[in-house]
Amino acid sequence: MSEQEPSAGGYSAAAEVAFKRTRRSRFERLRIELGKASFSAWFGMLVVFCYMVVALLAPFLAPYGEAEIFPTPFAPWGDEHRFGTDQIGRDILSRLIYGARNTMGIALVTTLLSFLIGGTLGLIAAINRGWIDQIFSRFVDVLMAIPSLIFALMLLSIFGSTIASLIIIIAILDSTRVFRLTRSVAINVVVMDYVEAARLRGEKIGWVMRREILPNIMPPMIAEFGLRFSFVFLTIAALSFLGVGIQPPTADWGSMVRENASLIQFAKYDFKSALTPLLPAAAIALLTVAVNFIVDWFLHRSSGLHDE
Amino acid sequence: MMSSADNVVADTVSNTMDNEYLVDMRGVHIEGFSDEQWHPIINGVDLQLKRGQVMGLIGESGAGKSTLGLAAMGFARAGCRICGGSIHFDGIDLLSATDAEKRKLWGGRMTYVAQSAAAAFNPAHRLIDQTIESATRAGARSDTSSGGMNLHEDAVELYRALKLPDPENIGQRYPHQVSGGQLQRVMTAMAMSPRPDLIVFDEPTTALDVTTQVGVLAAMREIVDTYNTAAIYITHDLAVVAQMADVIKVLRYGEEVEQAQTREMLSSPKEAYTRSLWSVRSLEKQEAKNDDEILRLENIDAAYGKTKVLHDVSISVPRGKTVAVVGESGSGKSTAARVITGLLPQLGGDVIFNGESLPVALANRSTAQLQKIQMIYQMADTAMNPRHTIEEIIGRPIDFYLGLNKSEREQRVYELLKMIELDETFLDRLPSELSGGQKQRVCIARALAAEPELIICDEVTSALDQIVQEGILKLLLKLQQEFNISYLFITHDIATVKAIADQIVVMFDGKVVEQGMKSEILNPPHPEYTQLLLSSVPEMDPDWLTRLLNEQSDRAEIMNR
Amino acid sequence: MHPVLTTVLKRVGLGVVTLIMVSAIIFSSVSLLPGDFGESVLGQAATEETVAAFRRELGLDEPAIKRYFNWLGAAVKGDFGTSFSGRSASGVDRSRSVASLVGPRLYNTLFLAGITALVAVPLALILGLTAALYRNSFYDRSVNAVTLTTIATPEFFVAYILILLLSSLWPIFPSLANIDASTPLGERLYRITLPALTLTLVIVAHMMRMTRAAIINLLASPYIEMARLKGASRSEIILKHALPNAWAPIATVIAFNLAFLVVGVVVVEVVFVYPGIGQLMVDAVTTRDIPVVQACALIFAATYIILNLIADIIGIVSNPRLLHPR
Repeated sequence: MSEQEPSAGGYSAAAEVAFKRTRRSRFERLRIELGKASFSAWFGMLVVFCYMVVALLAPFLAPYGEAEIFPTPFAPWGDEHRFGTDQIGRDILSRLIYGARNTMGIALVTTLLSFLIGGTLGLIAAINRGWIDQIFSRFVDVLMAIPSLIFALMLLSIFGSTIASLIIIIAILDSTRVFRLTRSVAINVVVMDYVEAARLRGEKIGWVMRREILPNIMPPMIAEFGLRFSFVFLTIAALSFLGVGIQPPTADWGSMVRENASLIQFAKYDFKSALTPLLPAAAIALLTVAVNFIVDWFLHRSSGLHDE
Repeated sequence: MMSSADNVVADTVSNTMDNEYLVDMRGVHIEGFSDEQWHPIINGVDLQLKRGQVMGLIGESGAGKSTLGLAAMGFARAGCRICGGSIHFDGIDLLSATDAEKRKLWGGRMTYVAQSAAAAFNPAHRLIDQTIESATRAGARSDTSSGGMNLHEDAVELYRALKLPDPENIGQRYPHQVSGGQLQRVMTAMAMSPRPDLIVFDEPTTALDVTTQVGVLAAMREIVDTYNTAAIYITHDLAVVAQMADVIKVLRYGEEVEQAQTREMLSSPKEAYTRSLWSVRSLEKQEAKNDDEILRLENIDAAYGKTKVLHDVSISVPRGKTVAVVGESGSGKSTAARVITGLLPQLGGDVIFNGESLPVALANRSTAQLQKIQMIYQMADTAMNPRHTIEEIIGRPIDFYLGLNKSEREQRVYELLKMIELDETFLDRLPSELSGGQKQRVCIARALAAEPELIICDEVTSALDQIVQEGILKLLLKLQQEFNISYLFITHDIATVKAIADQIVVMFDGKVVEQGMKSEILNPPHPEYTQLLLSSVPEMDPDWLTRLLNEQSDRAEIMNR
Repeated sequence: MHPVLTTVLKRVGLGVVTLIMVSAIIFSSVSLLPGDFGESVLGQAATEETVAAFRRELGLDEPAIKRYFNWLGAAVKGDFGTSFSGRSASGVDRSRSVASLVGPRLYNTLFLAGITALVAVPLALILGLTAALYRNSFYDRSVNAVTLTTIATPEFFVAYILILLLSSLWPIFPSLANIDASTPLGERLYRITLPALTLTLVIVAHMMRMTRAAIINLLASPYIEMARLKGASRSEIILKHALPNAWAPIATVIAFNLAFLVVGVVVVEVVFVYPGIGQLMVDAVTTRDIPVVQACALIFAATYIILNLIADIIGIVSNPRLLHPR
């Protein structure tokens, strides 16, 4: 640290000790970060990658069709049906694979929508800080006073359980949380002198939002996206499990658990079949655990470094 | 701070002991953990302190002085570890001592006074209970408790000695019920309550205003003197340490630069670094007059919500000159700047710039008006977007106001970097890769890029170390000569005012107390507040505090602020 | 008036306002119903008169504001109207009052949640406290890894694994928690073991992590460092310096998790076919029995709001700045 000792008269600003770093391209930095990633982060990324491959290639990977019905319901595990069939004779493995596509796809669309709504309104509220902020914030307070699963149940009973209403209802309910986070993170940035400096310069509000605020709230927002995704994913799974989420014949992990739950009772006679309802449940758990591991690593990393 | 006779007494006392020094640290190494690895904070420093002696530890931020002070108590903060050397307290090896053994010393024979009193007091307990907590514990541990002396009464005596108001009852209050200056005195009483052999003062007056600081310093000095307690006094302020310490040790980058008796250190420092610290306060601008007025505030009233913060403020800034606005926190000096920039629309009065009245709200001002008034902030860290490169930061005003093409713009950014004495290797760096002084220079370049006529400088040097301050002030003076820029310079530091101002405005409680040429304001006669403010600024002379107290012995009010 | 009292009253007032707003939202959701709703409840064969009579009973002909206050006034007295189920196209009405449906089931749910809270709250606080005190130890890290996994796991996964192990493979506990009013207490406790255990596992994970974070945050305060430098022992620091300031964060953690428990109860009740209000609500949603859904939603929301209110009041009452004003 003390390699430079400016003599009494020979002070030089450029030689002042500072935290210096070699600059690297985005790609190089990513590679270095990945090299330092913990085992759990690697595990998480591997799991998410596998899930994405399965979801994208579902029609090629699944041995049978999504709603193809075979003559034997509750068939045992075997060569023909790797994980047996369900209560009306559909192949479990195929439905698991298609389920990845449906459940993850719907959760992803919902999360994106909720970030679009909550993020935009949160940013506006943070910059405005006036009556717009007051109205939004009080409204969100009231919405958040109703537990979101309960609220979703109520709204679904009114609008019916279609995929569109499921996505819109959960996205709106979840956007309250996104709003709160965006607002609180953005307010911390808005009070910074550099934002004030931009306003004093006479910059337009759009420029300030895009260039000054957005880049600085990205790390917490990305982490939040992971957490919200797993929360939305769990909510949809819970609703489907309760029978009011994704409706048959669309394959979905939550409802698969419910449909095959009775098999657990026969664990003593056919242990493998008893595991059938646990497969989709485990698939849900594995994904959310993996996402949480990645978010944990990301938060740890972005809190330790001041840039990027 | 102590007469030499006291030192002789202290020496004879310690000589009768087995060990000569109360605190004996040799070759101490301390590391801190960050970014997943250990970094050295202290590199092999020796520190010896005799009984009854007061040592001043001075250095800039990051010099490791707090870490060293705590290490003298055998304490390492979370995330730090003492990894080498030896630390003895009265013959006890603190590095091999168990936690239980150290706990017996802490709060008993050695105590600590923290920088932020508001944070260091437990909000849930009364002051008196916290004051006598460690003495009670020490009494419970050893059979020779304080001779049956009532700790409550003793605490009240200490409060009285520290000149706290209503010493009998103030202890019944909670920390949030007393002011910052009073809390700092209570903390000194808390440290003194078990009659320790050693007190570590960790920047105890840094958070206080100058006029409050004087009283606290005097009270601390007196009580340490009375009980002949050894102390380590940590600060970055040379003038303060000159009042408090018998011996001064200068630290830099976790290493000792030099150590000497206070008077010797002040009159003839040996090392170049120490001399450079001393020289900062010698910078002084020759004042000059100019009747051509660039900015005038006329009878400004302003408020935050319902709280009125500016009352009938009128300030005039001559072209090409510097007006320094001085005052303590809450005096309204930064609010005045916010009114000029349009961030806080005034309730009444006019801001007249180049002869025309500026629109009250920021949104109604033209780009040309905005361009001509630029602002530089106190915290360069937060004044630059951490995700923009230096080129983007300096280049944006050029784009925005001047609309140059790409190569012209590049050329201009180079010129500006040269003006602030940096080179083009800085172009693609991020602010986090710059030192504090470099950051502030980039902020200056950003302001210059707009080609302004007036720059508002809001405490631009107060977050910087003293050597760096000098560089920034010199740069600002040079730029003023070169481009005939006017400065409105907001500061609380009189040395900075001497260095840069032509005119001075003194503010107190939202009003202008006095305004005029530097020589008029700094020389008597003064209005009462200016007198108080100027006399409270510590001077490098080790006799300054004693002299001041003698002069003001009849002014009781200053002591109780 | 004493500032603590004013602050508490303000907070209670805010809670009441929130509750009224929430009830308005829950109520107005009915007006969002599609126009042909009467037919879908009563069946395709319903005559125009029956539909009209049904509409009149719902009060759809009256202005919304008036209906809202009628509904709210009745709801405060415990009258949530009549269930939609049991009606038929012919106009024969065998429907029961919502209150008689909800009442006993609410009791069952509170019983399950209460038993769970009794076990989970002390357990989680102890785990969280010890993990915070022995931060970064092996104990802390393993507890952390386990709880992170549990949090990310859906409740029904935990529930079915417990059923598989403790009911199916080793039949120790029943997998169906079917109780009624006549079930004796001992039998009740035995039957709800698995649902209570499931809820406990999920809640403890959440609560333990939050307690740990709150305590670590507290221990980082400068006054804790000061207490160490005053020679306080570990137990003195915890009991004398940290605890008096910990009530507010701990109350918040507990309230948050009890509120979470209220929601978690829905899924768990369905898994174990437990006759609670959660299962009732899910059934009502499937049959679109709106008055029952509204009543359940209002009860859940009120519980949620009241829990948060209590936590905030504890925070206010334990705040020395408000207790001892300047």
